[in-house]
Amino acid sequence: MTDILSASPTPDAVVADDQSAMTHSPTSLAMRRFWGNLGARFSVFLLAIVILVCLIGPFLLPYGPDEQNLLKSRAAPSAAHWFGTDLLGRDMFARLLAGGRVSLAVGFATAFSALVVGTAIGIAAGRLGGVVDTVLMRITDIFMAIPSILVVIVAGGILGPSIPLLVGLIASFSWPTSARIARSVVLSVRELDYVRAAEAAGTRPATIMLRHLLPSVIPQVTVACALLVASAILQEAALSYLGLGVVPPQASWGNLLQTAQSYTVISSMPWLWVTPGAAIVLTSLSVIFIGDGLRDALDPKATR
Amino acid sequence: MLRYLAGRVATMVLVLLAISLGLFALSHSAPGGPLASLIPIDQVGDSQALIEAKTKEFGLDKPLPVQYWLWLSHLLVGDLGTSFQYSRPVAHLIMERMVPTLELMGLGLLIGNLVAVALGLYQASKKGKPIDYALGAVSLVLLSTPAFFLGMLAIFLFSAVLGWLPSSQMTTAGDGSTLDLIRHLILPVGVLATVHSAGITRYVRAGLLEEVSRDYVRTAIAKGATMRQARWKAFRNALGPIVTVMMMGVPALLSGAVVLEAVFSWPGLGSLTLDAISFRDYPVILGFGMMVSVVVVLSNLVSDLLLTVLDPRVALR
Repeated sequence: MTDILSASPTPDAVVADDQSAMTHSPTSLAMRRFWGNLGARFSVFLLAIVILVCLIGPFLLPYGPDEQNLLKSRAAPSAAHWFGTDLLGRDMFARLLAGGRVSLAVGFATAFSALVVGTAIGIAAGRLGGVVDTVLMRITDIFMAIPSILVVIVAGGILGPSIPLLVGLIASFSWPTSARIARSVVLSVRELDYVRAAEAAGTRPATIMLRHLLPSVIPQVTVACALLVASAILQEAALSYLGLGVVPPQASWGNLLQTAQSYTVISSMPWLWVTPGAAIVLTSLSVIFIGDGLRDALDPKATR
Repeated sequence: MLRYLAGRVATMVLVLLAISLGLFALSHSAPGGPLASLIPIDQVGDSQALIEAKTKEFGLDKPLPVQYWLWLSHLLVGDLGTSFQYSRPVAHLIMERMVPTLELMGLGLLIGNLVAVALGLYQASKKGKPIDYALGAVSLVLLSTPAFFLGMLAIFLFSAVLGWLPSSQMTTAGDGSTLDLIRHLILPVGVLATVHSAGITRYVRAGLLEEVSRDYVRTAIAKGATMRQARWKAFRNALGPIVTVMMMGVPALLSGAVVLEAVFSWPGLGSLTLDAISFRDYPVILGFGMMVSVVVVLSNLVSDLLLTVLDPRVALR
């Protein structure tokens, strides 16, 4: 906002805004703003394509992700194998799709569980206030400070890597962002008339939290959820790359990159590591764009 | 100030205690118990006597709270146990391998922050111009790129294709010169700094833009201050939250360094721990866990203290 004076909208824009506000609900307005954001719209298509290809693709491919053909070890991309083959002659495209299913599932499962836990804690802290609030927020700060990758390295290193451990641990160190957002929304909403009316009428606290506070929290927290999905996919990738996440033969975008720990593979067989890496970048980028679009759509006044 | 500091240190100690309890529980839930990895694979059948002897030696026959207390009292004097793999004190191993990791992290932090501040300020001054959008897009792409993948791309480009820089290790065998070390540092530090600055640049830009839109900046401009002077005033005030974000990024930087050590075969704490994991060398893994917790908790404390120094408006609670 360097040019403060030119920031006020022209009279025409105000009239147009008023008209649409009369005929549309806030939700449909937000949807329209979201759809008007080119980057977000493109990202929705991109993410949908990635998800669909990962879900349907394996049924259409002539090769299974675990089908070996030792005669075609580390073959370069060709018409038969679009993305080449790995050391055991397995089709990289089939493995990429199988890995995508796992990585996407881990990403969404992690984000969703973190979201549920964080929202519950945030609403409780904001509604109950006082000592409960202070203690919960202190705990939130502590969990926020600890990077889950390091936790999984230590715990996975000792207990042995597994997908439930991965999802559980990343989720249990990712909920603080949504808890903070939920709490701040509750702090402003709980003073509004409809909530106070409900309290005056003697509604039970649990009902107030679920029926009156949760609906205003959900949109804000969804935005945070998009970032959580992206960061969970990135963390799964890093941990599987280190051998502490999804373990082969089960493919994931992260552990497909494990083969690229040797210099020969990096320098002379890029098909073994560029495609999974690109899949990770594209997916998390589109999720982040969708999150940005949602945030702008829900809060049109916020300047970036 | 002193009271605030005492309170913060007390919380810090509590958190570290909780973490140590967690690590202790973890060491006892290792598959096969804490001694499983001591037994050579070929003697699994007749290892009963060995296990009994070692159980006595390590005090594992005592009640759990007593064991925890013993473990903790050793921990407090810096005794992290003995590595199974190297038969050396874990504390020595960690201190030794900490140095390369700190080099990586320190340089990454320094360069990353400088680049982030420079780019953020530049972007803020070009707000809404194509270059602002372009830099914003680049930092978004970098934010969605895993650090290790960026490392692979860097190795592919600068080592394999161009042949300019070495792809792994800290030194070339037989060449101990500083120049050689610097050549080996460029790629890992570059990647680490890039990833760190991608996250911070957005905060610098947003923080400065928010501060610039405040009344005192408008007043300053109305009274004849140049844009540059006004922006400098705003930057001084935006610095508090920015430094907080930078310090909060230190734990993430540490995890980035650990992963990058695997990519660049950098002989630091990360490589030590990953080796220890494949050898089931539990004392080293636990020592790493404790070391990392201390770094995380300390960087948190420092960021709080820095915030109060940089921004006197923040009241000490």
